Amino acid sequence: MTSYNDAFSDIPGTTVFDATQSRLGYHLNMFCMSLMKADNRAAFKADEAGYLARYPMSAEQRQAVLDRDYNRMIALGGNIYFLAKIGATDGFSFQNLAAKMTGVPEDRYRAMMIAGGRPAKGNRSRSDPTR
Amino acid sequence: MATVVGSVMTSHVPAIGRAIAKGLQQDPYWKPFFDGYPPVRRWLAQAKPDVAVVFYQDHGLNFFLDAMPTFAVGAAAEYVNADEGWGIPTVAPIRGDASLSWHVIEQLVADEFDVTTCQRMKVDHALTLPLALFWPGEGPPPVRVVPIAMNHVQHPLPSPKRAYALGESVGRALATWDADVRVVVVGTGGLSHQLDGQRAGFINKPFDLMCMDALVDEPRKLTKYSALDIVREAGAQGTELMAWIAARAALGGRVSKVHSNYHVPISNTAAGLLALANDAPLSRAA
Repeated sequence: MTSYNDAFSDIPGTTVFDATQSRLGYHLNMFCMSLMKADNRAAFKADEAGYLARYPMSAEQRQAVLDRDYNRMIALGGNIYFLAKIGATDGFSFQNLAAKMTGVPEDRYRAMMIAGGRPAKGNRSRSDPTR
Repeated sequence: MATVVGSVMTSHVPAIGRAIAKGLQQDPYWKPFFDGYPPVRRWLAQAKPDVAVVFYQDHGLNFFLDAMPTFAVGAAAEYVNADEGWGIPTVAPIRGDASLSWHVIEQLVADEFDVTTCQRMKVDHALTLPLALFWPGEGPPPVRVVPIAMNHVQHPLPSPKRAYALGESVGRALATWDADVRVVVVGTGGLSHQLDGQRAGFINKPFDLMCMDALVDEPRKLTKYSALDIVREAGAQGTELMAWIAARAALGGRVSKVHSNYHVPISNTAAGLLALANDAPLSRAA
C-alpha cells in the first residue's frame, strides 16, 4: 500500500508532515512544545542532554537536537512549527533556520528572499519540464 | 438580521509581531508590507463591524498532535493568547461572541460538518496579528471574535473544496443570525511560503496573484485544487490559503475589491492582503 506521503514525492526538497512523520516525531515535537514555557527554556539551556532525557525520544532524535541538525530532525519526524521553538530558544528566527536547512549563509538566504524567493520555475515538481 | 459587511484576508507570520513590537513599520524592509493596511483600516472604520468571524490555523498553542481537530470552533466569552516560544509579545484576552459561535456550530453540524467545539481555547499569532494589523495601537480590537481553526499542521488536510463548503455553511449561519450586528469575515495565513527542507524559501508569485484574482470574482475556481496541489504550487505552508477560501465562501455572492497588496518577502513568506466589500450585505437568502 502506498503511503499518503508517496503522493508528495513529486515535490522536490519537501517532507510533508503526515501520519508517518507525526507518529515518528511525536515525542520530539512534544519536547519542542515544552519550550513554550520560559522555565523550561532555561532548564533546557542549563543542561540540554539532561532535559532531553525527560522525553522518550530515540538516541538519533536527541543527537539531532544537540547538533541542531534541522534537516535530520525533520527526517526523524520533527515539524517545523514545533522545531522553530528550539531555534527561538537559541535566539534564531524562522529565516535563520531556513538558511541552515538549505545550507547557505543567512545573509545569502535573506538576499534570495528579497530578490523574490526561491522561484517556482524548476522547484514546483520533479516532473516539471523546466527542471 | 446580521449584516455581513465583507471580508479581509491577510498573511500572519510571527515576524510581523516582532516588527510591530520594535516599531519597524516604516523600516525599508517592512514598509511595503505595512503600507498596505491603512486603506483597509479606513474601510473597516466605515464598515464598523461588531464581530469578526476568523478562519485561521493554530500552530501548536492550543492544539497539539495529541488531539488535532480538522475544524474547531471557539465558543467562549473570551480567548487568551500565551507565550508561543518564539518571542512575540502576548496580547490581552480577546472578547468572544459565544451566542453567535453556537449559532455557527449548529449550522455547521446541520450541514454535516462534525466540528470540535471549544468553550476554552487559546488563540495564537494567526488570530492576534491580523487584528493588530487591522486595529493597531494599545487598546483591544473593537470587535468580538468567532474563531474557526482549520488543521494545517498535520496531513491529511481538508481539501480546498471542503474549506469552501465550510465557509458556505458559516455564511448560511450568518444569513440567519437574528441580531443587529455587523460582521466581517477574516481569513488569515499564506500566501506562498515554505519554511522547511531544501525547498525552503519557495515563492510562487503567479500562483498567488491568480488566487487573489480568483477570490474576487470566481472563488470556486480554487476548489479544483487538492491539498497536494497547494503544497506543490504554494509551498508546504502555503496551504494556509484554505482560510482565505473559506472566508470568501462565507460571503457567497458578488463582492467588490476594496484594496489589495502583495509583497515579497516578509521573512520567508509572500505577504498578501485582500479586502472585499459584500455587494449585498443584507439581502442574502438564508
